[in-house]
Amino acid sequence: MVRLIAKSPSEGILPFEVNGLTLVELDVGPITSVAPFDGQAVAASDRLRALAGMELPKPNRSSGREGARAVWSGAGQAMVLGVAVDAAMRQHAALTDQSDAWAVFRLEGQGVEDVLARLTPLDLNPGVFKRGHVARSLLGHMSALFLRVSGEAFEIMVFRSMARTAVHEIEVAMKAVAARKALA
Amino acid sequence: MRIEGKGRIDAAEQIRFSFDGQRYTGFKGDTLASALLANGVRLMGRSFKYHRPRGVLTAGAEEPNALMEVGRGAAKVPNVRATVQEVYAGLEAHSQNRMGPLAYDLLSVNDLFPNFLSAGFYYKTFMWPRAFWERLYEPVIRRAAGLGALSGRHNPDHYEKAFAHCDILVIGSGPTGLMAALTAALGGADVILAEETNEFGGRLLSEDEEIDGQPGADWVGGILAALRETGRVRLMSRTTVTGAYDQGTYGALERVGLHVNGPAELPKECFWRIHARQAVLAAGALERPLAFPMNDRPGIMMASAVRSYLHRYGVVAGRKVTLFATNDDAHRTAVDLMACGIDVAGVVDSRPDAKALGDYPLYAGGEVIGTKGRKALSEITIRHNGAEQKIATDCLGMSGGWNPTLHMTCHMNGRPVWNEEITGFVPAPDAVPGLTPAGACQGTYSTAGCLAEGVEAAKRALTALGGKLPEMEIPQASDAVGGSKPLWLVKGKGRAWLDFANDVTSKDIKLAAQEAFTSVEHMKRYTTQGMAPDQGKNSNIGALAILADATGRAIPETGTTTYRPPYVPVSIAAIGAGAQGQGFAPERFTTSHDASVDRGAPMVPAGLWYRPSYFPRPGETTWRQACDREVTMTRNAVGVCDVSTLGKIDIQGPDAAAFLDFVYTNMFSTLKVGKVRYGLMLREDGHVMDDGTTARLGESHYVMTTTTAAAGEVMKHLDFVQQCHRPDLNVRFISVTEQWAQFSVVGPKSRELLNGLLDAPIDNESFPYMGCGDVSVMGVQGRLFRISFSGEHAYEIAVPARYGDALYRQLVTQAETLGGGAYGMEALNVMRIEKGFITHSEIDGRVTCFDIGMDRMVSAKKMCVGKPAAQREGLKGKHRQQLIGLKPVGAVKELTAGAHLFETDAAPTRVNDLGYVTSVAFSPTLGHFIGLGFLQDGPNRVGDVVKLVDHLRGVETRVEICSPVFIDPEGERLRG
Amino acid sequence: MRIKCPLCGDRDQREFTYMGHETYLDRPADEGWSPAWDTYLHLRDNPAGVTRDLWYHGAGCTSWLLVERDTTTHDILRVDLARDAKRGRG
Repeated sequence: MVRLIAKSPSEGILPFEVNGLTLVELDVGPITSVAPFDGQAVAASDRLRALAGMELPKPNRSSGREGARAVWSGAGQAMVLGVAVDAAMRQHAALTDQSDAWAVFRLEGQGVEDVLARLTPLDLNPGVFKRGHVARSLLGHMSALFLRVSGEAFEIMVFRSMARTAVHEIEVAMKAVAARKALA
Repeated sequence: MRIEGKGRIDAAEQIRFSFDGQRYTGFKGDTLASALLANGVRLMGRSFKYHRPRGVLTAGAEEPNALMEVGRGAAKVPNVRATVQEVYAGLEAHSQNRMGPLAYDLLSVNDLFPNFLSAGFYYKTFMWPRAFWERLYEPVIRRAAGLGALSGRHNPDHYEKAFAHCDILVIGSGPTGLMAALTAALGGADVILAEETNEFGGRLLSEDEEIDGQPGADWVGGILAALRETGRVRLMSRTTVTGAYDQGTYGALERVGLHVNGPAELPKECFWRIHARQAVLAAGALERPLAFPMNDRPGIMMASAVRSYLHRYGVVAGRKVTLFATNDDAHRTAVDLMACGIDVAGVVDSRPDAKALGDYPLYAGGEVIGTKGRKALSEITIRHNGAEQKIATDCLGMSGGWNPTLHMTCHMNGRPVWNEEITGFVPAPDAVPGLTPAGACQGTYSTAGCLAEGVEAAKRALTALGGKLPEMEIPQASDAVGGSKPLWLVKGKGRAWLDFANDVTSKDIKLAAQEAFTSVEHMKRYTTQGMAPDQGKNSNIGALAILADATGRAIPETGTTTYRPPYVPVSIAAIGAGAQGQGFAPERFTTSHDASVDRGAPMVPAGLWYRPSYFPRPGETTWRQACDREVTMTRNAVGVCDVSTLGKIDIQGPDAAAFLDFVYTNMFSTLKVGKVRYGLMLREDGHVMDDGTTARLGESHYVMTTTTAAAGEVMKHLDFVQQCHRPDLNVRFISVTEQWAQFSVVGPKSRELLNGLLDAPIDNESFPYMGCGDVSVMGVQGRLFRISFSGEHAYEIAVPARYGDALYRQLVTQAETLGGGAYGMEALNVMRIEKGFITHSEIDGRVTCFDIGMDRMVSAKKMCVGKPAAQREGLKGKHRQQLIGLKPVGAVKELTAGAHLFETDAAPTRVNDLGYVTSVAFSPTLGHFIGLGFLQDGPNRVGDVVKLVDHLRGVETRVEICSPVFIDPEGERLRG
Repeated sequence: MRIKCPLCGDRDQREFTYMGHETYLDRPADEGWSPAWDTYLHLRDNPAGVTRDLWYHGAGCTSWLLVERDTTTHDILRVDLARDAKRGRG
């Protein structure tokens, strides 16, 4: 029997590089939203620590590391990336599979903040928005999640259906920043 | 004329450009204005109303005269200030607001009839006959009015917008701004220093002046090095801060690529939204023109501009220069020019006690009372010691003192305050929270004072931020303040211009006063003073001083108009940057997008989504042929359609059922696990908000679907209801719209098709009508819902989105082997109309459950959102327009949506309106047009014939009222 | 304009949408249509001064916020999560 072939959200349009900055698509593995029920936040966090060695993150923060990360994603909600969350957690939190709902990008290079300054109203200055910091905000007109993973790299999550627009807008910003640098 | 060795231009880099087709050479660092002046070009434009010849007046952003069109073709930009535009290789500039060549503008005939074109001329003249307005007056005025013209084509240039954040924003980089930025940075703040021109330094670059014993420009260089060393200062040149907004938000326009011939990716301009916790306004001051007879000829310019052209660009605007002033500053012009060997023919100073600073003829207590020269100044007439005297001159520098550049302090409702000491307006205290004005923009005119105030203002900002205060030494500089004595109007023969750009003279102001427009706001609107691109920067104070005099009031009593953002003109391209073309809105693509495009489907927008309209097959020439075939194919065999765009919301928690009972009119707590129910959602005002199906996947787990259009609104509504009404309910929800690719499989062969793909076959028992559950499809875990939006035996199958493309292609291929195939939005719409299912065409926000015949869906057993309001008397009863079906019985067989319904014998007027048509389709199943609509007391009128009138499309026919369900009213097909 | 979301911090206005006065938190208990409902849906003051209204941080954490602000100065005096405010008033 024929098998269903999986396609990634940005298949065929990534990666690319502009003047030392790169944009790549990441396969972060399973993504599960975890929203602890009333009074269950601590229990849910304990369960996650037992399972994957990380806590449920506080607002605007992430926990864990690449490959197994939990990212705050809104009021009373986090996304667990890279590890499957076990059913035992269901008694503490609403778990929802989001593995296919997001396009995940990594934007990296010197001056990455300059590119993002064209796209989001967030203050991403390194002194303010440090490694591991997370924000839900806008990328252009799109709802997005920003995570700083290093001094020069961000992971950006947008809804799958808008991956092409997001890539287009990031590319335009990358090229504009590069053109400015060439001018100086 | 260029003076060798003067100016900050790069004499090694020649730049060729053109003006009105004539080729010229300038240097890197030149503005268009300085390069033209250096080439002896003095006539740079025509005035707005009288089409008088005009030359450059200023050397900055406030320029009212030298407005030009720059660029060519689609990218042509009008009303560019030649004093701001830097020259670059290949720059093309054209004069504007002329008919024929600039030197012989045919519309300059207007100048012969100034008495006809006085203030209020248009208001008074073009009143009657009324019919002449559209046919004659307006086209003629439109032809003659306006300044530059747009190309009328799509602008291909790239513009951008961006965000910046800092602790302290310093606006302006003169002595005040530089000291403020240095103090702030040394105090540990992150600083943005915004400078309007291409170089930092402000007026220090335009004066011959020393600070700490160094030439001003050298001192600037030292401070810039110190600023860079702190690593805390972002230097933004060519950036004008244009507006102050709430909570420390500032707008700023950066001219990124207007001074070069850059690549397409390089933005022309960037509009910045700067968020600053504190700000220092160090915007300086603008020199005040003098109102004397015939003061508008090319060659007459601001004295400070003469110095700017000399020191910054190495250009002198004439060979025999005169000055007319009320202060000491202007005398510096004479001294500086003479140092370069330029002949200064005289300084006319209105102050009787004026002293000369050098060896030039001084006419203390004198006034300029007339000028001569048709296309450029050749002579002035002065009155001195009671006698008149003529002086030959080709350049007259004027100075009436200075006006603080306090515009930004008005942007949040601040009203400037009159300061008698400087005879000018200064900013109201704390006019913008967090913004501290300092230096010349608050009336401190000495360089020494500016340096000190810059430090002081930055310290104030640092204190507000709780930062440490650095030890600062104030540099040594001049403490001269200019000593200006006001001179508002020189009496004499001839017009005295105030607003050069809009051609408003002192007479117009007096006329306004005479005609009772004595409020400064009324005067402004009556005369149009201050309404040109310079927004009154040059004319406001002079105009209101004359108004004050004409109305016998003092200036503070007369008041001033205030300033709104933007401080300088901002192109729409910059404000709307990013919204061109694809950037206008995100495009959302379904996983089946490529497969649909492969099959030739035209993709149509549905909100932000793109969905296939229909799937043309060989031989089909119209969309209707494809649509009819797709409907018939689906009803007879099987059709496949991507329905992933519908909103899907995953709802979990112990109180999930109670929550759904509260947001839906009907009960969901009674729904059995493994079942789906149609639900209706109201707004709190009792009108229908949205509808859709909700499936119960587990005891405390539901998945709700919303319409495509309302998905976002429903999510926001659920958040509102949960957080603001029912935080007591222990429930969590999240959108899963993007997680699942969902396809409807419709028609009598739908189960056969699915069973070919499912790992375990289904039957009517395992999946009855309105059943749902997990399935395995070709090894992938999915969900199956037996629901129908067509009236057919139908399913929706969902798989994780990564498999969407593959599953869709499989489904369509398999459907084709069964005599079916893909169908698009057109066929989907036809089938739902045939079945009488509603969409947002029907539930348009104004209808109630009663109107759509679903009154009984409001459960009596529980409270829900909108229930109390839905019970209002006016929302029920015979007077309501209710959902009905329509079929044509008149000569015209085509129905149109948007048409209105009337009794057959009634006139089709508003008062006789009985209802309207919401949706129409040609039904291939029935062989004729059908429609849905709303009709007063409709359900009781089934069988009646009414008149359908579409006023817009000119359609009139008769229609019969029928049930909105056209096919299978018993629902036998659904359950088969 | 900027609003300091209690969860996300200080954010630009484009992340928020406005709904209306805090009255919307006080949904009447009446089962049927009543003057209280009429007031709830339709009657609002238009104060020159301090007022409290509801904003949605839709592009952020999706919290509804209760924002206390001065309509004459545009100062934002206080921001709370609406769910906390609602719990507080029962």
